[in-house]
Amino acid sequence: MLRIPCPFCGERDHHEFGYGGDASIERPALDDRSMDKWYRYVFVRENPKGRHRELWQHVSGCRAWLVVERDTRTHEIFDVQLAADTMEEGARG
Amino acid sequence: MAEQNARLEAGGRIDRSERRTFTFDGQTYTGCAGDTVASALLANGVHLVGRSFKLHRPRGIVSAGVEEPNALITLRTGGRSEPNVQATMADLWDGLAAVSQNRWPSLKFDAMAVNSLFARFMPAGFYYKTFMGPTRGSWMFYEPAIRKAAGLGTPTREADPDRYEREHAFCDVLVVGAGPAGIAAALAAGRAGSRVLVVEQMAHAGGLLLAEPADSEAEAWRVERLAELEALPNVQVMTRTTAFGVYDGNVIGALERAWDHVAEAPRGQPRQRFWMIHAGHIVHATGATERPLLFGNNDRPGVMLAHAARTYLNHYGVLPGRRAVVYANNDSAYAAAEDLRTAGAEVTVVDARPQPGAEAAARATGIDVLTGGRIEHVAGAHRVRSADVRHAGGDARLECDLVCVAGGWSPNVHLASHLGHRPEYRADVGAFVPGALPDGQSAAGAVVGDLASADTVTAGWRSGAAAAGADEARAPFGAPAVAAALGHVRPDSQGSAPRKHRGMVFVDLQNDVKDSDVELAWREGYRSVEHLKRYTTLGMGTDQGRTSNINGLTLMAGLRGEDIPATGTTTFRPPFTPVSLGALSGRRIGPHFRPERRTPMHDWHVEQGAHFVRAGAWLRPWYYPAHGADADTAYVAEMRNVREAVGMTDVSTLGKIDVQGPDAPEFLNRVYVNGWLKLPVGKARYGVMLRDDGFVLDDGTTSRISETQYFMTTTTAEAGPVMSWLEYLLETAWPDLRVHVTSVSDQWAGLAVAGPKSRHVLEAALPGVDVSDETVPPMGVRDDETDDGLPVRVLRVSFSGERAYEVYTPSGYGRTLLERVHSAGQPHGLEPYGLEALSAMRIEKGHPAGPELDGRTTLDDLGLGRMARTAKPFVGDVLRHRPAVADENRRRLVGLQPENTNDCLRPGALVFPEGQAVEGHGIGHVTSVTYSPTLGHYIALALVEGGATHEGETVNAVSLVHGEHTRVRVVPTVFLDPEGERIHA
Repeated sequence: MLRIPCPFCGERDHHEFGYGGDASIERPALDDRSMDKWYRYVFVRENPKGRHRELWQHVSGCRAWLVVERDTRTHEIFDVQLAADTMEEGARG
Repeated sequence: MAEQNARLEAGGRIDRSERRTFTFDGQTYTGCAGDTVASALLANGVHLVGRSFKLHRPRGIVSAGVEEPNALITLRTGGRSEPNVQATMADLWDGLAAVSQNRWPSLKFDAMAVNSLFARFMPAGFYYKTFMGPTRGSWMFYEPAIRKAAGLGTPTREADPDRYEREHAFCDVLVVGAGPAGIAAALAAGRAGSRVLVVEQMAHAGGLLLAEPADSEAEAWRVERLAELEALPNVQVMTRTTAFGVYDGNVIGALERAWDHVAEAPRGQPRQRFWMIHAGHIVHATGATERPLLFGNNDRPGVMLAHAARTYLNHYGVLPGRRAVVYANNDSAYAAAEDLRTAGAEVTVVDARPQPGAEAAARATGIDVLTGGRIEHVAGAHRVRSADVRHAGGDARLECDLVCVAGGWSPNVHLASHLGHRPEYRADVGAFVPGALPDGQSAAGAVVGDLASADTVTAGWRSGAAAAGADEARAPFGAPAVAAALGHVRPDSQGSAPRKHRGMVFVDLQNDVKDSDVELAWREGYRSVEHLKRYTTLGMGTDQGRTSNINGLTLMAGLRGEDIPATGTTTFRPPFTPVSLGALSGRRIGPHFRPERRTPMHDWHVEQGAHFVRAGAWLRPWYYPAHGADADTAYVAEMRNVREAVGMTDVSTLGKIDVQGPDAPEFLNRVYVNGWLKLPVGKARYGVMLRDDGFVLDDGTTSRISETQYFMTTTTAEAGPVMSWLEYLLETAWPDLRVHVTSVSDQWAGLAVAGPKSRHVLEAALPGVDVSDETVPPMGVRDDETDDGLPVRVLRVSFSGERAYEVYTPSGYGRTLLERVHSAGQPHGLEPYGLEALSAMRIEKGHPAGPELDGRTTLDDLGLGRMARTAKPFVGDVLRHRPAVADENRRRLVGLQPENTNDCLRPGALVFPEGQAVEGHGIGHVTSVTYSPTLGHYIALALVEGGATHEGETVNAVSLVHGEHTRVRVVPTVFLDPEGERIHA
């Protein structure tokens, strides 16, 4: 049982959230025609032991997509941010 | 009626004034309030209670708690019947009927006991070696018979009529186990002001103290401490509640047997409750379990753990035997010997140790002690009769009717290990104790090696205080007076099987695993404890090897020539004790299994007598009874009425998404494969969206309401996923786009009106709303209000191929809209139609829907490739060009019709080329099927390799389920009106 502190709704049970996969992987720009880049983005994943940045959506709450930094061994949660905020920091296409 | 001939005159915590009558295998007995089935049977001198799993050996009651491997019974009858209930845990109620298991025709004479004679031919792995042999088929053939001969109780096939509940609880400190350590911990945390929850699996709090006499100082301690707990408003003690698993985030799963101790739960009360307890801190005070010792025929009824014998004596007031042999390798058994003697039994102690130290005091009270001794084997079939003993002073045969075994104590480390923290071997106490625990958990008492001593109470108190964040002060009360008698869990000599003995030596009683099976496993190379477990089944079953694991491990360690820590333990996984499926599902059964969604027009459909079908969570009208009682007649008539006159159907279940913002056109342009920048206000367009991997996600129509506002519809099934997907893209991929999406599925009710006369119906139903072809042409959309203020959004789209409109209105007006259309439509012959007719008409038109949009089809597979634009990129455009995804020989959408027009087609049928054997997966499969009244025969959509290249060819549609082979012709997907003339009708 995880509890995720949602920036909008506070600490909530993980049943309210949907899992969205690896957040550390960078999405190619829409006009990027590189099949290899898209292939890596869609299919290639690490299976890290320890700290991992991942996407969760607060489906049964505010519906925000969140970037959650979680320890895959202990499920300790270190950091939660709105995906929209963290994504804007990086260069996007 | 049998007497309770083994019941003591006084003592124990049962209520002799309240008699309970019960039956066991049809024989009537009496017991007392406070008895378990096991204690009541023992009170009546009944020791033989079951037959063993594999060898059908007669078995008795070994324990007085959850570790019981043998005394499994079936309780209750009908839908309430429950197999494999431990008699030691089943509270006795008046009128209880218990039945023994795994015997035929009766417990005393069991035909399958012949297995026992062949035991030497049925070692570990016997079944697999013998029957899985060269042909796999032989196992399939023999398995049912083998399963029948070996087994536990039989579950009922009837529905369980009882109520179960699931609840969450929150506390600062959870104490698991209400023995001396747990009680001390709860008092410390409770007095410090924490919210404390104590869970105790037995009916009474006290743990090992329940084995102390009811007039002892230890009992006084127990009663006083419990009263102190009771007085604290912030402490709650839950008995008959087993913490069965520890999960991430300090969540504990617990099962409360709320009303299992009576025949039937009171009305409205649950039989069991499944608790998810969210604890700030967990104190493991789970205690320890006594182990048996190994000797020949050590499974005979009458061989019992010493602590259990003492519990029956002191807690239940039952003398389990009059001539007892107590076989021990540690001091803890002397308390049992002394209590048995005091109760009037003749007692001999056989102590494995040459110089136990405790023997002097015992001898002084008249107990015979044989030191340096061991039991080699016992005699007796349905009850132990004598024990052959070899000891320092020679050999002896001791006549007896009870053998108490005390092989040391195994700390109950299960819960503390559930999160993957392996238990560690503590040499100084000679036992596995919890390993390093994570933050928020601690352990105290017998589970860390202190059986019952002053240290136990101190450690419990400190643990509770620390959990509450209070100073680790000394407990304001002493330890219960049992302390000195028990000492540490460490046995002074480890048990092993005697070298010379008669009869079989059982390590695991529930699974009939013998010492020779462990040796065989070792000889055959299954030397890791995990392999040993799986090869011999040692430690499996409903008791999970609580009394057998350490003995099995000790034997294996001896064979490997290693010490116990080097040999290791198996992994402990939840649940600690079995949990019923009923409790896990709670109230989420039947219609409560998941929420049922009803449209704003639902009540009207019910009033019309509509038959409903579940579409995801939605209840949708399947067909209406006007044209016949069965679906096949009704939907064909409903279709015909739409094609010839006009019909209406509830489309409120469609996903609806409000898309707003200056960048909305660009957003739609990216998520749909087709172009959206040029769509004018007041027009709608059909769109298809892909996933990133290039496969089709969903389709639907989206209308432009204003320059910056769009009304998107999705399929019913994908409404949720599409919404999440759009949010995902906006928040993670394109946060720069100025667009907001809002689900408005529940805000709008929708009604499709279809058929040549649909416009006339709408004109009559919606006075003041202009639905003329000039204002609302095909793919036109218009927001308006009727003269009397009914707000509507009229959209001219067709799923049926006829002239058709979708009319949306705010949900609260849904029924009003429907009734107006229905009554205005009467002169035109309007009738409602259900999902079956709706689906049938879209098949006639070749529109792909759920069965085709199955997440494995591409645009080209569905014949929609031409929709994809090339000028600007869209989601999924790159990966849809992967060679295998773009392969023209993929399964692509085609139409099928039977060569013989009387033949029926089946969804899910496999497609094989003519002349090819029906083997494997064929070259395609049928996705959607309907009877077409327009064409007068069945039609189907199918996904077939190579798709339209087969057009005109004859293939076979094979339904293996129905055993039907149908010759069908491959035809275009659009069966009706390929030019689309009818939408203008």
